[in-house]
Amino acid sequence: MDGAFWAEFGKALLLQAGWNAAVVCLGAAALGAGAGVVGVFALLRGRAMMSDAISHATLPGVAAAFLLVSAWGGDARALPAMLIGGSVSAALGVLAVQWISARTRLGEDAAIGTVLSSFFAVGVALLTVIQQLPLAGQAGVERLLIGSAAGMLDGERETIMIVAGVLCVIAIALTREFAAIAFDPAYAASLGWPVRALDLLLMALLLAIVVIGLTTVGLVLIIALAIAPPATARFWCDRARPMALISGGVGAVGCYVGAALSASGDNLPTGAVIVLCLAAVFALSLLLSPQRGIVAALLRRRRLQNRVHLRQGLLAVARSEPIFDARTVRILCAAGYLRGDGAPTEAGAVAAKQMARDQALWNLYRDLHPEEAFALADWSLRPIDEVLPPDLVAGLMEQLAQARRGGIGAA
Amino acid sequence: MFWVNDFPSLLLGSLAAAVCGLWGNFLILRRQSLLGDAISHVVLPGIVVGFLVVGGAATATALQFATLIGALLAALAAVALIELIRRTGLIESGAAMGVVFTAMFAAGVLLLEQTDASKVHIDVEHALMGGLERVVWTAALSGPGSLAALADAPAEIWRIALVYLFSAILVVVFLKELRMVSFDPAFAEASGVPARWVGFAIAAMTALAAVAAFDAVGSILVIAMFVCPAATARVLTDRLARQIWLSQLVAIIGAVGGYMLAAFAAPALGLERGVSAAAMIAVTAGLIQAVAMIATAKRRQ
Repeated sequence: MDGAFWAEFGKALLLQAGWNAAVVCLGAAALGAGAGVVGVFALLRGRAMMSDAISHATLPGVAAAFLLVSAWGGDARALPAMLIGGSVSAALGVLAVQWISARTRLGEDAAIGTVLSSFFAVGVALLTVIQQLPLAGQAGVERLLIGSAAGMLDGERETIMIVAGVLCVIAIALTREFAAIAFDPAYAASLGWPVRALDLLLMALLLAIVVIGLTTVGLVLIIALAIAPPATARFWCDRARPMALISGGVGAVGCYVGAALSASGDNLPTGAVIVLCLAAVFALSLLLSPQRGIVAALLRRRRLQNRVHLRQGLLAVARSEPIFDARTVRILCAAGYLRGDGAPTEAGAVAAKQMARDQALWNLYRDLHPEEAFALADWSLRPIDEVLPPDLVAGLMEQLAQARRGGIGAA
Repeated sequence: MFWVNDFPSLLLGSLAAAVCGLWGNFLILRRQSLLGDAISHVVLPGIVVGFLVVGGAATATALQFATLIGALLAALAAVALIELIRRTGLIESGAAMGVVFTAMFAAGVLLLEQTDASKVHIDVEHALMGGLERVVWTAALSGPGSLAALADAPAEIWRIALVYLFSAILVVVFLKELRMVSFDPAFAEASGVPARWVGFAIAAMTALAAVAAFDAVGSILVIAMFVCPAATARVLTDRLARQIWLSQLVAIIGAVGGYMLAAFAAPALGLERGVSAAAMIAVTAGLIQAVAMIATAKRRQ
């Protein structure tokens, strides 16, 4: 990755690296946006892997179309015929998955696996037949398997942009309906919404984006476009519409940058580079998302542990008990509550007294109002004055004082 | 030529189908049927990395060993990553598999293009369909049964037979634990069975079976055999032991039937070189499953 590579990459990003690279970048971006938006609803419906079944189920249709067109003496390389064939067999695959999961005891994962492997095997068997026939244009079929974006024609770019645009508009317009069948299909049905029809429509949108993407990134990697951006968006928001927009944006930018990268050097297959860009964005979100990322979760857990150690340590200090746990001692020392020899500092004594009072008040509150105390998840880890209103705390202190005056047993 | 060409292919196909079908039983009960699909894709980067580690100058045996270990490690890494993503609670396991295996597959494709690993014998066709038809066992000429012939069996057959034996022993010894973890992981955990580790062991054995079978029979057959025989058995019976036996039976019938169709029926129809045996075995298993599903289908509500 030398200077020349990055200079070329900069040009490709600005669409200045030649007509062909610009066509591929724009086509890939449109594909990414379409797959990202549609994929969100498939992911929320729990059907992300349907795209895998769809992409594999196109193969028998593509091969059959190739054979039919050749038999009629047409130009077998004609892409539309193969894509129509692929769509038909993929649609049959979708219906087969629906039938298996509705009418047998097998789960949707097994239904997807069955359709994926059986349809694909039929396709491969047909391919081995095609290879033995003296037919021209066999490379066209192989192109669908592996995908080659570099060969994208301007007409294909136009088709991808139009189809992806239409799919985005439909999906965004039906956000409410798709979200309803995703989150609570029984409720949607009770409102009289056509859940089955909406499901089929969603699968049709997914099918359309997978089929137009086949030639660009190939049969295996196309599903990443429909899964990785939605999975990324899931780490950044909860609501369906913004999630669809984020996912579409991530898909568009990831595919655009990936296509530009792949145009800037040798031996950089477009599909693979695009998928790795999308995977990198996903990995970053998985790790670093401020609310749901893994790093944030680990930090949260550590903070909670520290708070528990601090509280237990201070309670021990208040009761003048020795502290044996090394981590507790470390935390108390760092907070300035404990001296090196293990004796509490002045601040430590004050904090311990405060903590003991808080704990006593919390215990009383828990006895008096068990339901409310239960509802406060980390009820005893924070100072009581920060959680409960002042008048309630004052009341608790009054009762605590009374109990202490009234006798030791009452506490 | 049956004993030299067809018998080893039949044996290899049956063993591969049976070992994948065996672990498929637990995948299907645990709703992880697509794990076989995911694993057979991540085998590619593993093979490429294994090749790059030992370098092109290594002996054929060392190369094969390194690529198998690489494939196995890649599969285990994928299983761990999928679990990590799933445990954030935001992404269902199917989508987690989709993200992981496509990323690793893409990395494999990129590595292949960027390095001289592309010179090694990894072509798409071989990865898909394996080399089932190319297995020969010359010493079997005199028929099976002589020990000398057995020692001379092709390495693929030995490899899969050993994995199958190991798998069968594990399943027989730990049937109770596997049953509990497959049907009710919470109950298993409460009864002192480490459900998460048993789950990981199932995934690891899936990876081992896939890697052992992949090179010989191709990814199509591996993916199909993790799903179809177990799914067929699952619609036919409620009892786990019977399901396992049935899945083995279906796997072997599929393997033998599919191979026969490819090797004998297709040439009879005028296709000189036949069709891919691996693909026809997968198609046959799919057809058997279709018949079983139609016969047991519920009425529409």
